[in-house]
Amino acid sequence: MSDGVQISGLEKTWPSPSGPVRAVRGIDVRIAPGETVALLGPNGAGKSTTIDMLLGLARPDAGSISVLGHPPAAAVERGLVGAMLQTGSLIRDLSVRELVAMVAALYPNPTDVDEALELTGLTSVSGHRTQKLSGGQTQRARFALAIASNPELLVLDEPTVALDVEGRRGFWSAMRAFAARGKTVLFATHYLDEADQNADRVVLMADGIVVADGPPTEIKARVGTRSLRATLPDVPVEELQALPGVTTASRHGDAVHLVCTDSDAALRALLVRYPGARDLEIQGAGLEEAFVQLTRAEGAGT
Amino acid sequence: MNGVVYLRYELLRTFRNRRFFFFSVGFPLIFYFVIAGPNRNNEDFAGSGISAPLYYMVGLASFGTMMAMVTTGARIAGERQAGWTRQLRITPLPARAYLRTKVLTAYATSLLSLFGLYAAGGILGVSMPAATWVHMTLLILIALLPFAALGIFLGHLLNVDAIGPAAGGVVSILAFVSGTWFPVQSGFLHDIGQFLPSYWLVQAGRLPIDGQPWGALGWTVVLGWTVVLGVAAAWAYRRDTGRV
Repeated sequence: MSDGVQISGLEKTWPSPSGPVRAVRGIDVRIAPGETVALLGPNGAGKSTTIDMLLGLARPDAGSISVLGHPPAAAVERGLVGAMLQTGSLIRDLSVRELVAMVAALYPNPTDVDEALELTGLTSVSGHRTQKLSGGQTQRARFALAIASNPELLVLDEPTVALDVEGRRGFWSAMRAFAARGKTVLFATHYLDEADQNADRVVLMADGIVVADGPPTEIKARVGTRSLRATLPDVPVEELQALPGVTTASRHGDAVHLVCTDSDAALRALLVRYPGARDLEIQGAGLEEAFVQLTRAEGAGT
Repeated sequence: MNGVVYLRYELLRTFRNRRFFFFSVGFPLIFYFVIAGPNRNNEDFAGSGISAPLYYMVGLASFGTMMAMVTTGARIAGERQAGWTRQLRITPLPARAYLRTKVLTAYATSLLSLFGLYAAGGILGVSMPAATWVHMTLLILIALLPFAALGIFLGHLLNVDAIGPAAGGVVSILAFVSGTWFPVQSGFLHDIGQFLPSYWLVQAGRLPIDGQPWGALGWTVVLGWTVVLGVAAAWAYRRDTGRV
């Protein structure tokens, strides 16, 4: 029960009208028990295919998966895994409470129904028919079904697609409350801020392979871009751009903005050459930039 | 683990579906009173040897129960579209329990339709010994087995848009050929009809007259179709849900 998730050498090719598509091209991922991991990548990166194999819905062409010490189908059969698939709605003609109770009854050691409703913020609508719920409530009800089994591993495939800001906030706070019980969570997303804010670790996928794997801060550091801002009037942009470690420079009134591969070198050179520079500010790049850079670098290599 | 609770909620949500109720329970009842009502004193309907109220009670029961059985397919197609079938596959509910739930739910709704028509038949003066009612009901339930399989087959084969016309068309044609609306005693329709399970469903209504409605042919046709459609349903289910 405590081995977490181990994926090794996983490969999967799907047939398509325009020839076989190599959706997953050999990935290795380990998830420790209790860890919350984001599987981040653009559409077509192979995230959903990986998740389908993890849940036993698809059979790998090569490689192996161990879920809490079992093959995927056996882990599902034992009720150790809860999942929210990318697409799907609720069946109608039942109340929210009835639907959660119906699914919970399929498991050997389910979560208390009231507790699942409470955790997902559905207590106030528990008597409503499922077909009457809003989009955000529907996603949270699907989440309630995923945790109804009291799973050791929770898998969420792009759970907040089509939710507004408020809906997302509600969703992630429910997810974190569940993860705080020591559960292992894997979620796929292409929203970078979601991975940054909700995961202990980010596995970045592009084009069927893992291009980076580490804490969100490490992912950003690997790309190494920093953003340097300063108030520095009367210096031409071209001169700034020629400073060591700077890739691009731009001016906004008295303020200048330098994108740096080596911000330390850039800062030293800047202060030596332009002692009048003030209001200095260095920021790490957002995950968005890291994402674009890493996937682009990988794409260039193939 | 607990397929019983799952079945209970499945029944609950089936009985809450008004459209379903109208077509498999209300519709045959309305037709029954409209058609059999004016002929309630006809003791030998169109040379069949059966009174008109009894004839139409069984005829519309066959229509209503066939519809209820095949409508299961429409529900399956809807659940597939909603991604529910896939969601169930990541629960410990075994395929066998899932299919059993579908069949039992179909039977529950068929029984509702059947008992509704029995009550309506009673109102129009149909009366038989209790043993005959029971025997007839058992034969009808057995004759519905192929249709339980047909519903699952169609539900896992067709999408939501196609299944309505397909199920409605199949049931209407079978009902027509098998003597739901008028007796089919001889001729071309009879020659085709006797090889269809729906024909024997209607023939269960002959029980009060000659006591033995199904000979070897009847049992062979009903059980043969059960096997054929059962295999087809298993194939469609596997094809739809198999790991790839």
